Amino acid sequence: MAPIDTSIERRTIAVLVDNEPGVLARVIGLFSGRGYNIESLTVSVVDPARGQSRITIITSGTPQILEQIKAQLARLVPVHGVSDLSQEGPSVERELALVKVAGKGNKRVESLRIADIFRARVVDSGLEHFIFEMTGSSDKLNVFIDLMRPLGLVDVSRTGVVAISRGSTGLLG
Amino acid sequence: MPAKKMTGSQMLLKALCDQGVDVIFGYPGGAVLPIYDALHQQNAIRHILVRHEQAAVHAAEGYARSTGKVGVVLVTSGPGATNAVTGLTDALMDSIPVVCLTGQVPTHLIGNDAFQEADTTGITRPCTKHNYLIRSVEDLPRVVHEAFYVAHTGRPGPVVVDLPKDVLQATSHAYVGPEQVTHASYKPRTRPDTKAIEKAIEIIAKAKRPIIYSGGGVINAGDKASRLLTRFARTLGAPITSTLMGLGAYPASDPQFLGMLGMHGTYEANLAMYNCDVMINVGARFDDRVTGRLDEFSPNATKIHIDIDPSSINKNVMVDLAIVGDASAVLDALLKAWTKGEHSLSQRALKGWWKTIDAWRERDCLSFRRDDSVIKPQYAIKRLYELTKDRETFITTEVGQHQMWAAQYYKFEKPRHWMTSGGLGTMGYGLPAAYGVQIAHPDALVMDIAGEASILMNIQELSTLVQYGLPVKVFIINNQWMGMVRQWQELLHGSRYSQTYTASLPDFVKLAEAFGAHGLRATKPAELDDLILEMIDTPGPVVFDCQVDQKENCFPMIPSGAAHYEMLLGPDDAAAKPVSEEGMVLV
Repeated sequence: MAPIDTSIERRTIAVLVDNEPGVLARVIGLFSGRGYNIESLTVSVVDPARGQSRITIITSGTPQILEQIKAQLARLVPVHGVSDLSQEGPSVERELALVKVAGKGNKRVESLRIADIFRARVVDSGLEHFIFEMTGSSDKLNVFIDLMRPLGLVDVSRTGVVAISRGSTGLLG
Repeated sequence: MPAKKMTGSQMLLKALCDQGVDVIFGYPGGAVLPIYDALHQQNAIRHILVRHEQAAVHAAEGYARSTGKVGVVLVTSGPGATNAVTGLTDALMDSIPVVCLTGQVPTHLIGNDAFQEADTTGITRPCTKHNYLIRSVEDLPRVVHEAFYVAHTGRPGPVVVDLPKDVLQATSHAYVGPEQVTHASYKPRTRPDTKAIEKAIEIIAKAKRPIIYSGGGVINAGDKASRLLTRFARTLGAPITSTLMGLGAYPASDPQFLGMLGMHGTYEANLAMYNCDVMINVGARFDDRVTGRLDEFSPNATKIHIDIDPSSINKNVMVDLAIVGDASAVLDALLKAWTKGEHSLSQRALKGWWKTIDAWRERDCLSFRRDDSVIKPQYAIKRLYELTKDRETFITTEVGQHQMWAAQYYKFEKPRHWMTSGGLGTMGYGLPAAYGVQIAHPDALVMDIAGEASILMNIQELSTLVQYGLPVKVFIINNQWMGMVRQWQELLHGSRYSQTYTASLPDFVKLAEAFGAHGLRATKPAELDDLILEMIDTPGPVVFDCQVDQKENCFPMIPSGAAHYEMLLGPDDAAAKPVSEEGMVLV
């Protein structure tokens, strides 16, 4: 018997599901019921005609647990396909954040300057606040948000990660 | 021509008929009144009125497991559905195909905390294979057919269909038959991968100490799978052991059969598992009752795992080769490939392996101290076996020591004759399961081997037996203790018997009579045979109070956290080998 690998890996898994009531609860319940981690989860309809939604989950665990997670997801009745984006070749991951910074004077100018460096867009502004919209990897968002903290960060809303494989094939086929 | 206009309830019954359902187990209530009204106006489907919804599910399980068909349950909303949850979880753990129809408050009241409202799909999501809430009468026939399809294909399991009352009363022309139902995402794999079969043959052909470890999946795959398993084992000449759920798939009296394995398995089965070099798991899931301590589980074996559920692979035990598919299809492919390749095992190695196994067998691990003054529970089950083995006999059990003794001492020669709650371990399973079996097999002898504690968990079902004249024999191994829990307290908790003695048990003979059944009692070994024969010959339901040695424990036993070779063979062993600290936290 091969020795059991106990290293913890991080994976991005895409799940194509029938967009029926309770399907998200089914997926989340599977993770909580079996003690799996969810670091990020996003869901949205991707094929309205066929009534299909795509759930992108970032999870972590040992290789054995990660295989279990995929097998458990795949056996849910409304699941059409499970794709391990971290394993099945290169993929692109993006996250969007809305970041509200309130302040006056130098701090306010500095926040705008940093936003410019990070290519964040201003989507709302007042005399004493900005709302920045920023898209990128989660790491990049983390850095940006950390920089905003001393400059008057008052609110953050993040979408969670969406991801897609590179190349010409996909889950919708 | 458009289909005839029907109410939701009529469509439901038509769909059940089209699925070949002839009996349902249920209990009426406000939300399902329209279904009961429709049931009243037809004769195709028989309704068995249970006394508790949990029992309805267990009865459907007994029916399903003994026939291979889907068991059907009908309960009302709210408490009807929540009472069914234990049964549903039981069916999920043991992979039993059940469709449970639950009433629901009308759609416009859902979410309003209406009378007898419960979030049934929410509550049953983790304890079903799948569930549905039907919001429109047009969806009803399709969903019901889909529910049956999901319940019995792939790895079988329970499916809940939640039916709001207004949907049942609405009318529609939209009836469709089962043949028009397809499923886009749910497509279980049944045919094995050819490459995996070739690889398996390669591994098996080199085996010197092979073992077949078969489980409930073989039973679920149909009687053909059991026949193929028997042929496969005989072709190889290899020893075979079975899980609790798999008993009967291979004839127990056959010399190649080593008995059950695991926590209360035989010495020879567990040591053969520990020492084998190739393990062929057919339809079992490396349950913790079977493996014992994982890092010492069969450490030198190349493991092949045949399972229809990909999520069973590498869940508890990492295997060297996985074959995903239906047990019948895989065994068939293996046999064909083995014969075609003219393979055979090294006879010299096999002979040596059998010699080793025979030496283990000589320990006679199921022997027990006989006593003339008090009935030993093992003796009671041995006699029960001897006196009923030549009949068509089905056995169900409750959960605990009696269950393990039944598994050890009753020999099952055929599949589908042994119904027990393996995964969930549900006390109260056996009596309703038994009448579920009896309804499917009216002329057979159906016995619930019970414990006095377990039987009280669904004792009200005696009333169901009497109402339908179902001649189930309830054989209570009565030691006045929750025996298995007491055994663990003795081994793990310094014999501090906290709350495991039942101080005021009913008089089971009088209790039987109060329900309108017949009661018998045995207290001495000398009278046991005559009373068992009297039980069998008594028409109608019988409760047999078999008062046994109160102190007897169930051996062999692999204590929790121990390995297969660390079996306790008897009370002396138990005293000499205390359970490890790691083992104490396990169940």
